[in-house]
Amino acid sequence: MSALPPYASAGQKLWHYTFRVACGLIFFFLIFPILVILPLSFNAQDFFTFTKEMLAFKPEGYSFKHYQDFFTNPDWQQALKNSVMIAPAATILATSFGTLAAIGLSRPHVPYRSAIMAILISPMIVPLIISAAGMYFFYSRIGLQGTYWGVVLAHAALGTPFVIITVTATLVGFDQSLVRAAASMGANPVTTFFKVQMPLIIPGVVSGGLFAFITSFDEVVVVLFLGSAGQKTLPWQMFTGLREQISPTILAVASLMVAISIVLLTVLEGLRRRSERLRGLSPG
Amino acid sequence: MSETATEQVLTTKDGRPLKASLARALRREKLRALVLIAPLLIFVLLTFVAPIADMLFRSVENSIVEDTLPQTVNALQDWDPSSGQVPGEPVFAALAADLKVAVDLKTHTRLGSRLNYEKTGISSLFRKTGRRVKKMTEPPYKEQFLKADKKWGQVDTWQTLKQFSPRYTDGYFLSSLDAERTAEGLQMKSEDEQIYLLLFGRTLMLSIAITVSCLLLGYPIAFLLAQLPLRTSNLLMILVLLPFWTSLLVRTSAWKVLLQQQGVINDFLVWIGLISDANRLVMINNQTGTIIAMTHILLPFMILPLYSVMKTISPTYVRAAKSLGATDWTAFWRVYFPQSVPGIGAGAVLVFILAIGYYITPELVGGTSGIFISNRIAYHISSSLNWGLAAALGTLLLAAVMILFIVYDKIVGIDNVKLG
Repeated sequence: MSALPPYASAGQKLWHYTFRVACGLIFFFLIFPILVILPLSFNAQDFFTFTKEMLAFKPEGYSFKHYQDFFTNPDWQQALKNSVMIAPAATILATSFGTLAAIGLSRPHVPYRSAIMAILISPMIVPLIISAAGMYFFYSRIGLQGTYWGVVLAHAALGTPFVIITVTATLVGFDQSLVRAAASMGANPVTTFFKVQMPLIIPGVVSGGLFAFITSFDEVVVVLFLGSAGQKTLPWQMFTGLREQISPTILAVASLMVAISIVLLTVLEGLRRRSERLRGLSPG
Repeated sequence: MSETATEQVLTTKDGRPLKASLARALRREKLRALVLIAPLLIFVLLTFVAPIADMLFRSVENSIVEDTLPQTVNALQDWDPSSGQVPGEPVFAALAADLKVAVDLKTHTRLGSRLNYEKTGISSLFRKTGRRVKKMTEPPYKEQFLKADKKWGQVDTWQTLKQFSPRYTDGYFLSSLDAERTAEGLQMKSEDEQIYLLLFGRTLMLSIAITVSCLLLGYPIAFLLAQLPLRTSNLLMILVLLPFWTSLLVRTSAWKVLLQQQGVINDFLVWIGLISDANRLVMINNQTGTIIAMTHILLPFMILPLYSVMKTISPTYVRAAKSLGATDWTAFWRVYFPQSVPGIGAGAVLVFILAIGYYITPELVGGTSGIFISNRIAYHISSSLNWGLAAALGTLLLAAVMILFIVYDKIVGIDNVKLG
């Protein structure tokens, strides 16, 4: 399939190229919506489409004014600040609890393993609107609704399944005899953990942490219900902006967030290659 | 005989039977694992499972009538709505006593708005009567209540009150299924009042449509990626992973920009002359918008599991089939495709589970015809404040997702979920 053999019939050739073109179109469908907002975010007009000046590549068709608005508008700056304060706290909570639990779960004898796993994974499966509704009722009762810690705790709970999954995946290839070797040389469990186990599972922990971070950083449903005006995050601001009046500033914010996802993707890809190299799965 | 058996038992150095010593070591090992898991388990139980359980409870909880009007509920026990008679003086006396307390605590308006979900008009009835009840001092109360509002003389007002006086109710669930309890028993609401069954049906249909279109678009891509040499496929994989990692709101805003009537796609179609400027396509704020945007958002969740299954299918089977005289199509359909079915199952269930609970995208691009049951739940929480109904709808949605999740667990296994 990958290469067309020299003896291919006309029909096979036709199918080969049709298939390639179809795949090209699907890739276009996947990537075009993300790329199209980048040039549009430099629109000098408050339009959501290409102006004649932009299509003719005239400099007056482009401007930084939407970016300028993002960096000077207090609403957006407050939202950015909140996002930057909430996401790392949630990530730290999710990653530390999640890593410990994943190590526990990967031990050979765990009672009720599948039941525990089902509970720990459930935040990923339950539809966000249901999580948001439940948390809204419950957190209001205990006075956490509309507080910073309420949002952080909720986001941490939503992020833990990702940490569990990625760390468990790294631990599958972990050689338990290394721990025994360390212990037989006189290392206590804490030393063994930090000096032997941790360096080997760190790629899984970091990518789990990145998942937890992006879960919180992108999350909007729970924060809409659980937060008050003081916890407005970037996605919240984008959501209300899109629902009420579309301001072109959203395109500038969206472009910046695309840049963030490219950075994240690069880090993750690097981690994946590193762990594959360590396990000797690929030449790198 | 027993003596010889004891002698033969193997012991550890300190004289313990080996079996007991092993059991102890195993117990310690189990405990150690649990100690590591415990912090997260407690955390998730407190921050996530408890709220969900609380919500499930809310869908049947109904203590407000009994808490606000305890004496009336008690007095109403002997009253039979099928008699067609309004209850007698003792019930009215109890109501007067209860209402006087409730008005002092200002709880009667809350009760009124709660019962208003079941029968319109009760909210104003309670508010009106609440203003008058202070002046009622002397029995008989019945006439004074009838003078305050003639609705107290109607059997169905009392029937609603009696029906919702137990602490637990199935009323919210009946409403979520467009049913109600009337004097003649359980009944479906009239056609034009049925909204939830329609909404559940639409959520289901749209989720199926999205799953199918994800499969149609995802299968060729996963197939291509699995066939290409690793270097090329890794490069093309970026085109799948970048959307996967891009914020949901970024992608939704992109579709909003693209699909608008004055947006990029319409402008392009007008420019190439396919449609005239007057007939711009309406692609947003309807089901088309929801399907297009959600297919785009969920497509990576279809491609990734499909790809990981297809990667394990050995190409030798297809070559063998061809060498035995199979055409390209037969080799694909009879040999390759059946081996890729587990991937289709995993991807389809995953996409369907995610689609059925979606809220943000339908809210932004779905208009009125493209919204899901989630949007209705959100409406009842933040606008209509009918929390019990929101909880009942949520419970039904949760049940659907749980069933699907069990199916997913059977096909893929929770432990085998892979990310990225």
